[in-house]
Amino acid sequence: MTLQFKPSRRDVFKGGGSLVVAFAFAPAALAQGAVQGAAQGPAAGAKPVALDQVDSFLSIDDKGQVTLYSGKVDLGTGIRIGLQQIVAEELDVPLASVTSVEGDTALTPDQGPTYGSQTIQNAGMQIRQAAATAKGALLAQAAQHLGVDKADLTVAAGVVTARSGGGRVTYAELIGGKMFSLNLDEAAVPKNPADYTIVGKATPRRDIPEKLTGRFTFMHDVRVPGMLHGSVIRPPTLGATLQSVDEASIKDIPGVVKVVHEGDFLGVVTETEWAAVRAAREIKATWSKTEPLPEQAKLWQHVRTTKVVKDDVTSNIGDSAAAMAVAGKQLKATYDFAIHTHGSIGPSCSVSEFKDGKLTNWSASQATHNLRKQLALMLSLPLEDVRCIYVDGAGCYGRNGHEDAAADSALLAQAVGKPVRVQWSRADEHGWDPKGPPTLIDLRANIDASGNVTAWESEFFIPQGAGGNVDLLTATLSGKPADNLLSPGGITNDSAIPYKFPNIKTVCHRLETTPLRPSWIRTPGRMQNTFANESFLDEIVAALGADPIAFRLKHIDPADSRGRALLERLKQVAAWETRTAPRKQGTGTTLKGRGVSYVKYELVRTYVGIVADVEVDSAMGDVRVKKVYVVHDCGQIINPSGVRAQIEGNVVQTVSRVMKEEVLFDRGMVTSLDWATYPILRFPELPELVIDLIDRPTEKPWGAGEPSAAVVPAAISNAIFDATGARLRSVPFKRDKVKAAMQLI
Amino acid sequence: MKVSLNVNGKSAELDVADPSTPLLYVLRNDLGLHGPRFGCGLGQCGACMVHVDGEPTFSCLLPVTAVADRKITTLEGLLVDGKPGKLQQAFIDEEAAQCGYCISGMVMQAQALLNRNAHPTDDEIRSHMAPNLCRCGTHVAIMRAIKRAAA
Amino acid sequence: MSLRRLGSFVVAAGILIILVAIWLVWHPAIAPTAESAAIPSDRTQIARGADLATIGNCSDCHTAAGRPPYAGGRAIPTPFGTIYASNLTPDRETGIGAWSEEAFRRAMHQGVDREGRNLYPAFPYDHFTFVTDEDVRSIYAFLMSRPAVANRIPANELDFPFNIRPIVAGWKLLFLRQTPLQPDPSKGEEWNRGRYLVEGLGHCGSCHTPRNVLGAEKKDNLYAGGVADGWNAPPLDASLVKAHQWSADQLAAYLSTGWHRQHGAAAGPMADVANNLGRVSPAEVHAIATYVASLSAGAKAVAPTLPAGGKVPAGQPAAVAALYDGACARCHNSRGDVGPSQALSLSLSTAVQGAGSANVVRTVMHGIQSYRTEGGPYMPGFDRMLSDAQIAALVQYVRARYSDQPQWTDVAAEIAKARQEGTQP
Repeated sequence: MTLQFKPSRRDVFKGGGSLVVAFAFAPAALAQGAVQGAAQGPAAGAKPVALDQVDSFLSIDDKGQVTLYSGKVDLGTGIRIGLQQIVAEELDVPLASVTSVEGDTALTPDQGPTYGSQTIQNAGMQIRQAAATAKGALLAQAAQHLGVDKADLTVAAGVVTARSGGGRVTYAELIGGKMFSLNLDEAAVPKNPADYTIVGKATPRRDIPEKLTGRFTFMHDVRVPGMLHGSVIRPPTLGATLQSVDEASIKDIPGVVKVVHEGDFLGVVTETEWAAVRAAREIKATWSKTEPLPEQAKLWQHVRTTKVVKDDVTSNIGDSAAAMAVAGKQLKATYDFAIHTHGSIGPSCSVSEFKDGKLTNWSASQATHNLRKQLALMLSLPLEDVRCIYVDGAGCYGRNGHEDAAADSALLAQAVGKPVRVQWSRADEHGWDPKGPPTLIDLRANIDASGNVTAWESEFFIPQGAGGNVDLLTATLSGKPADNLLSPGGITNDSAIPYKFPNIKTVCHRLETTPLRPSWIRTPGRMQNTFANESFLDEIVAALGADPIAFRLKHIDPADSRGRALLERLKQVAAWETRTAPRKQGTGTTLKGRGVSYVKYELVRTYVGIVADVEVDSAMGDVRVKKVYVVHDCGQIINPSGVRAQIEGNVVQTVSRVMKEEVLFDRGMVTSLDWATYPILRFPELPELVIDLIDRPTEKPWGAGEPSAAVVPAAISNAIFDATGARLRSVPFKRDKVKAAMQLI
Repeated sequence: MKVSLNVNGKSAELDVADPSTPLLYVLRNDLGLHGPRFGCGLGQCGACMVHVDGEPTFSCLLPVTAVADRKITTLEGLLVDGKPGKLQQAFIDEEAAQCGYCISGMVMQAQALLNRNAHPTDDEIRSHMAPNLCRCGTHVAIMRAIKRAAA
Repeated sequence: MSLRRLGSFVVAAGILIILVAIWLVWHPAIAPTAESAAIPSDRTQIARGADLATIGNCSDCHTAAGRPPYAGGRAIPTPFGTIYASNLTPDRETGIGAWSEEAFRRAMHQGVDREGRNLYPAFPYDHFTFVTDEDVRSIYAFLMSRPAVANRIPANELDFPFNIRPIVAGWKLLFLRQTPLQPDPSKGEEWNRGRYLVEGLGHCGSCHTPRNVLGAEKKDNLYAGGVADGWNAPPLDASLVKAHQWSADQLAAYLSTGWHRQHGAAAGPMADVANNLGRVSPAEVHAIATYVASLSAGAKAVAPTLPAGGKVPAGQPAAVAALYDGACARCHNSRGDVGPSQALSLSLSTAVQGAGSANVVRTVMHGIQSYRTEGGPYMPGFDRMLSDAQIAALVQYVRARYSDQPQWTDVAAEIAKARQEGTQP
């Protein structure tokens, strides 16, 4: 029997049928638009997306189905269900009645890129406020409808009932088919957390069953009618110019449509995906020779001598220079943290389609609103002629290649006048996604005769720039307009410390350049800076013969009761034994150690304390992270299972980064272009995890996507110190560094 | 050229433009399956894993014309009457996916282990799962899920 | 000579032979160490011993797949049967925990275990006999510092008469030379250091020197190429034919990373060697490289006659070319540049140019997976993806496309052997 297989045409978003959409678009257009490209160009302004409008965030249709329009997107982190919980809780509707539309520039408000652990705490609170406003309006309308006092009303499952009995009315009856036409009311009072029934409960994500059964549509599965396939051929070395292309070299590959050659951008468009793969690897092109990169062996020397364009003083208390000059026990150390790549398991992918001169782009970008502006700039299109739509991709952990692939597909689609899907290769992703920049940190401290830390000074050598937009590779290569910005993310964060010493100065020397195009990777700057701070603190603790947790408790802000509670809790959870020197426990060459590390994220939000247990083979230099204990306080927890998953991911990914990862390059280009040359953690290396969540339902909810990653590197370094007396100050902690450090003891 | 395949217990006749096309591309683009995924094209990450005659196989490196009459099973083929199979259900129950891009390959690799060893030890699971990469750090949940299915 | 005197002579000679034989065969047991005996604890010495044991590749044979390192139990196939590697961890019952340093030294130098039994020369004491007492002491200190693992080793499965241990004495009489290596003053210090490591602990000749019918290395044919676990170990002497000559620096890089841009990847058992050498001091590796490079100093570099992308192979079916394009070309592409996983143009491959197909067959079937955890060249094994006929066709296609050599005649046999050997860990 022959069975006809048909490509799945499942809709990506289940938000179809809502009021707003019904008016703005044919319902099918939205429901299937992402998949079939059914062609709505950018919205003609029917649905508001302004941040001050309730309708920008929420709609309720005539069946009572709620659609949440979120500018923040679910990058595999589970924030979709978290935001839905907030909406369902606030509106008093069943969770199952809430669906989401995310990251569609025509439909969703610009709530900023999905980064920095800000979705729940910032966007979530905007959405809560929108829902509280909407509920207030609905209740007012219901009071009128039922002829009772608003205070007399209760809501359950989207049904408003008068306590005094008699009347009831549903949200669907009240609003279904209409807009709220309301400004977001900052004064609308959200629900009392004591009454929560949805927020704070472990709630399963809806995408997981779909992902486990092959029913989910990832970005990589998006297909548009008439779509062609494209791939890109990058220069062999950074900055090399394209001198000639031998189009005949791929003439034997079936289905080549066009070779697109613009400046140093080279791409091929083909009928099938496989033809695109083959064409990219077989096409012969001549490029100039360049050697723009420093020798990797001299990277840190290069970083130290790169021109400083400005100094950001991130804390300055007392007079640290004077305090350092006083005779005392002076400690000095230099820390460094290698260049890392995002390493998404699915290389970046995007589809672009031009219709009537208007561009629709599907990508897994964490910042579709920004991408829209970048694509408009690159292609010199009016902003209103570009629509960017988010579709779930492989996890990105920051600004990886998604936006560049989007620009690649846009350029190729424009060149051939048909929709084009671009699928990056593994080497494209490893070679050309922007990297977490190399970080070099000098630290100094002075300790007086009575054992008081009198001065703390640190200098961070990090590239200039902030978050925002990373220039599109496609624009740079093709010579089209770009912002020309260096954007490594907010990497000065957590350079200042959560401890009270009388004299502190922390300075970030912002460097003019960095060897590879930088961007943010999970916990950008905060990870590197916390590594140096918390490890150097451990050096001070060791010099004083103090206990690492006791010392932290003694020096955090006495008024910071949550920090204190967290550290006390960590002692219990990890069964911490007080110690004042490296214990070097173990038998023979197998040494066991445990280290602690702590962060108050960006000094203003999520608290994390962590204890790592390691085993060191002192003869071979092998380190295994055996077990990790995490205590986490992100305030009000929306979805405990989501927070747990994020912490698990943070810890495991960071163990991988700290123990194994380092981007390799020669004088011309990145040479770690696959998992063989950029190995990451595999199952046999997996540590055991113990996670303890402190829930504070009445506090603000804070982010959980990054903070627990910040504390992992120092905890491991400090644990190795406890096991061996050797101090690891350079990430990754590879065997040769461990052996070298052990020889220095 | 014409190719016939046996996928998830059904036969399919296909026309393939290029005989070198790896099975992965045919499963995804011609048969519209969303289980197997492109991760590296190098047999390094396991995102593309399917079973070929019961053996976990990198479908990104197996030319479709080399498959012949061997039986191919994808994530979709583990469904029982349209419902998640035991291992799939264990992954769902443990919420063992973050971005979920690797997860089809994880399930296929783990299923191959359970098929020949219904109650593997932790070490056996870890060692068997070594070919499969996850970047989100879902490993802990995946371990729980496999153990749940093996319990 | 009278018959009587002749008889006496024969008897005397017989007695002498028996005495000599007993002297050769019989070795006293060395008393077990006291359970309370202190184990060496000098950290520097242990670390030194770790490096030396790693250079000696001890753990390659003395570790079974998925078992703790040095705990033994790995089956070592030999032409005479299977030998099971002993447990080198300090477990007193099943390992060498009761061995004194003297007993360990005797094993290394004379091939005799603590109880006085002769050890089979699968344990390469014909090389280890050159290791200095000081280095033996360090290795002993290292092994004694390892975690003790109780792992009882199965009895060897050797054919008659090789299962009679005393005959090993005869082998030793013929092939074991215990004269220490004398430094060659005409060579530099690094070369001499390298020679000491290569001839001694490194026991490179065990694989790279051909063996005689009694399994001993042919001393008149040193480093002319041998066999290891079914793989051809290429010659290290001047008979080596390569596209590029090895320099000491290149060889050092290859030995410690498993890869060099002009030479390719270390696969099969050599991958384990490279993994080991990646763990030890670069100075030691460079010394090894200096000596090994000197062995092939006279070899002629034969620049590849074929373009990096190979040639259009005559007489190869289109279906096989498609197989190559789908399964191989993602890394070994037609442009001939270094592909993902550090894949080189196969025009540069020694194996593809070689007389036998053993290495190409095994690389295709088992891949290169030894570097997966630490990073390095990688290739998936195609043994379960492709049928024997497909593998054979692919291997001959590669031969035709990337060499000017005639098609191999041993491919089917090598595939059958490789299937029997099973997938490498």
